[in-house]
Amino acid sequence: MIFKHDVIIVGSGLAGLRAALEVAGDLDVAVISKVYPTRSHSGAAQGGIGAALGNEEPDSWEWHMYDTVKGGDYLTDQDAAEVLAKDAIRAVYELEHMGVPFNRTAQGTIAQRAFGGHTKNFGEAAIKRACYAADRTGRVILDTLTQAAVRKGIKVYSEFNLVDLIKEGSHVTGLVAYELATGNLVIFHARAVLLATGGFGKVFETTSNCFANTGDGVYLAYRAGIPLEDMEFVQFHPTGIYGLGVLISEAARGEGGILRNGEDKRFMEDYAPVIKDLAARDVVSRAIMTEIREGRGIDGRDYVHLDLTSIGKEQLAEKLSDISSFVRIYLGLDTATDPIPVKPTCHYMMGGIPTNIDGAVLDEKGDPVHGLYAAGECSCISLHGANRLGCNSLVDLVVFGRRAGKLIAQDLQKMDWHELPDQPSAGAALKLKKLKESRKGEKAGHIRASLQKLMSARCSVFRNEKSLREALSELSSLKERYEDVAVDDKGALFNTDITDACELESLLGLAETILLSAIARTESRGAHFREDYPERDDVNWLKHTLVQKTDDGPRISYKPVTITRFQPKARTY
Amino acid sequence: MEMEFKILRFDPEKEEKPYYKNYTVQAEPWERLLDCLNRIKWEQDGTLSYRMSCAHGVCGSDAMNINGRCALACQKLVKDYQGSEVVLEPLPTFKVLKDLVVDLDPFFERVEWIRPYLIASNPPEKERLQSEEQRRKMGEAIRCILCACCVGICPISNENEKYLGPGPLVQAFRQIFDSRDEEREERLKQLDYPDGVWACLNHYECTRVCPKEIPVTKEINIMKGEIKKLD
Repeated sequence: MIFKHDVIIVGSGLAGLRAALEVAGDLDVAVISKVYPTRSHSGAAQGGIGAALGNEEPDSWEWHMYDTVKGGDYLTDQDAAEVLAKDAIRAVYELEHMGVPFNRTAQGTIAQRAFGGHTKNFGEAAIKRACYAADRTGRVILDTLTQAAVRKGIKVYSEFNLVDLIKEGSHVTGLVAYELATGNLVIFHARAVLLATGGFGKVFETTSNCFANTGDGVYLAYRAGIPLEDMEFVQFHPTGIYGLGVLISEAARGEGGILRNGEDKRFMEDYAPVIKDLAARDVVSRAIMTEIREGRGIDGRDYVHLDLTSIGKEQLAEKLSDISSFVRIYLGLDTATDPIPVKPTCHYMMGGIPTNIDGAVLDEKGDPVHGLYAAGECSCISLHGANRLGCNSLVDLVVFGRRAGKLIAQDLQKMDWHELPDQPSAGAALKLKKLKESRKGEKAGHIRASLQKLMSARCSVFRNEKSLREALSELSSLKERYEDVAVDDKGALFNTDITDACELESLLGLAETILLSAIARTESRGAHFREDYPERDDVNWLKHTLVQKTDDGPRISYKPVTITRFQPKARTY
Repeated sequence: MEMEFKILRFDPEKEEKPYYKNYTVQAEPWERLLDCLNRIKWEQDGTLSYRMSCAHGVCGSDAMNINGRCALACQKLVKDYQGSEVVLEPLPTFKVLKDLVVDLDPFFERVEWIRPYLIASNPPEKERLQSEEQRRKMGEAIRCILCACCVGICPISNENEKYLGPGPLVQAFRQIFDSRDEEREERLKQLDYPDGVWACLNHYECTRVCPKEIPVTKEINIMKGEIKKLD
């Protein structure tokens, strides 16, 4: 079966939907998604969307830009940070006009609150910049954009898994998807393909990410020869619920929550004397892990406490009700009276498919790949550098999703249809056949569990060469085991056994790119902390990593960082 | 601890009618029922189909019937089912596509029919103003995650397939009580028909099962009151 649309967008989170809204009308656009759009993982974003509206206190886009660059430990491309900080303001007003139910100030304007790493006057003190709708900001924006897409009549193919990109020479001409409801392989022929497939936190054992976040778009781009950028930069959010990894938003600290160790001490005072618990996420996660390593976890164990008791019952119910319900449901605790056991959880991928500031995917020479675009977490603009600030993700999605849509509309004025190659789904069909016929192998779940344990143990907040190299060698044995992976389900309908096995290929491939990039970078910057190289090294390492698949194996190369307004300096909070 | 599950299975391509299959898994008291389902699927029987994604009650994918109550498998903990068999069935009211996967298209079509988006002209340069008091009116309705537990459990939806259903009505409430919306009256009139708001007979089942604790029945009754005021 072949479906033909001018533009195919893969992923129905905020980046994909915002891009779709931009091109709909003039062009025939369709969105494919693993899940029904409102199930997309953008909906799990809690705390806020960053924009220098200045509704609560004076603010400026320059301060927002500076915080983004400093938050990224100066690996941020500053042209991208400038676009974000300036356009964020328009983007948030646009969302309000579309109907997003933001909380309000006493004047009736959009309410804002403090968030990690966001400051006034270039680092002087914390600032209220995160616009929010209680602690379900992502979900209400996702609902709003989904319904806007419905209103515009945008075709959505829900429960279609991306299984192959169709690339002929230098042109991307479509993709192959697996339809969950029927088990059919479906070919999508397009003039432009936008990847908006989100993150891949499922590479790790403990993560705030959903099960769908397996990075299929990023992996398939890599498999098609596109280099991946800055894959070593993996964000561990400081406050995942202990044992589960479910996110407790930074908004909890923005509203006054405090981290305490086993001695009941507010330890962030020692690590970030100016903004304390509201330091950037990499700084706070390292602080927590240091406390735990030095025996100051709660009762000497591997977690610390997040104390929200000073916020008060009423404010908790008004502004942090979802996280209060998570804590009640999963831990049986009351945020108004009980401290919450927390530990860092894998949350966000700074790296991904390299793009320019308009969403064009770039090859190893830095030239656009014809017909291929990317936006959102799967892309690396590089806006977030070595560490993303909280509430900069939602705004990234709508700002750069829109820009990608604009570029596609512009490019398609001069881009014609390219023929599909012969039998474009043959590779995917062979893969499915092999999976169904495999008799001797293990199930995907076993291999995936081993992978996730391996990555969490050896490639998380603290890293070193020995451990990373051991991980790489263990990974190659996991990849060998994957060659024989088998499925129980040979049927056609809702065969998630098959999709689990396909997704595992993505996770294994992406884990390898993370390890290789992490081994190569012999310095510490942002979320990438090397115990054997604990200092930032601007002389040798102020550059982006690229890892590319070649016939001779993965090849690492580098490209320069774009620096405009802010020269790198020591990073303290 | 050991947990016994009895799961209603059905593959319409292979089987004439649904049947129950039993599974036993080891689980910790603090784990979610979804963790048990995953263990069954990943370690024992990969042919079992169900939907899931976020695993913490935000995306709304894993709604199912658990011991006769519609709920999200990721919000229910093992310790609350200690010592008893857990019976898992697909959401009632909807057509079963396979095992615990149901066809939600009719549900989403109804949500779309109520026009679940802000209708407002002439946006200002900055944001529209709205007071906190005005915003709070939709504060509970915006928690809806479209999981369809409410429709699954609703005795009226179960008998009358034309009934608009609690979930779509919550979506309507969210728009009607948005002070920025300009079609409040048209929206209320749209619900004023026998299979619309008036089909609800206050069984309160939707309110009891809503995983986001939305006072669904109360909101439906408020809309009935607003419609009466129009006359």
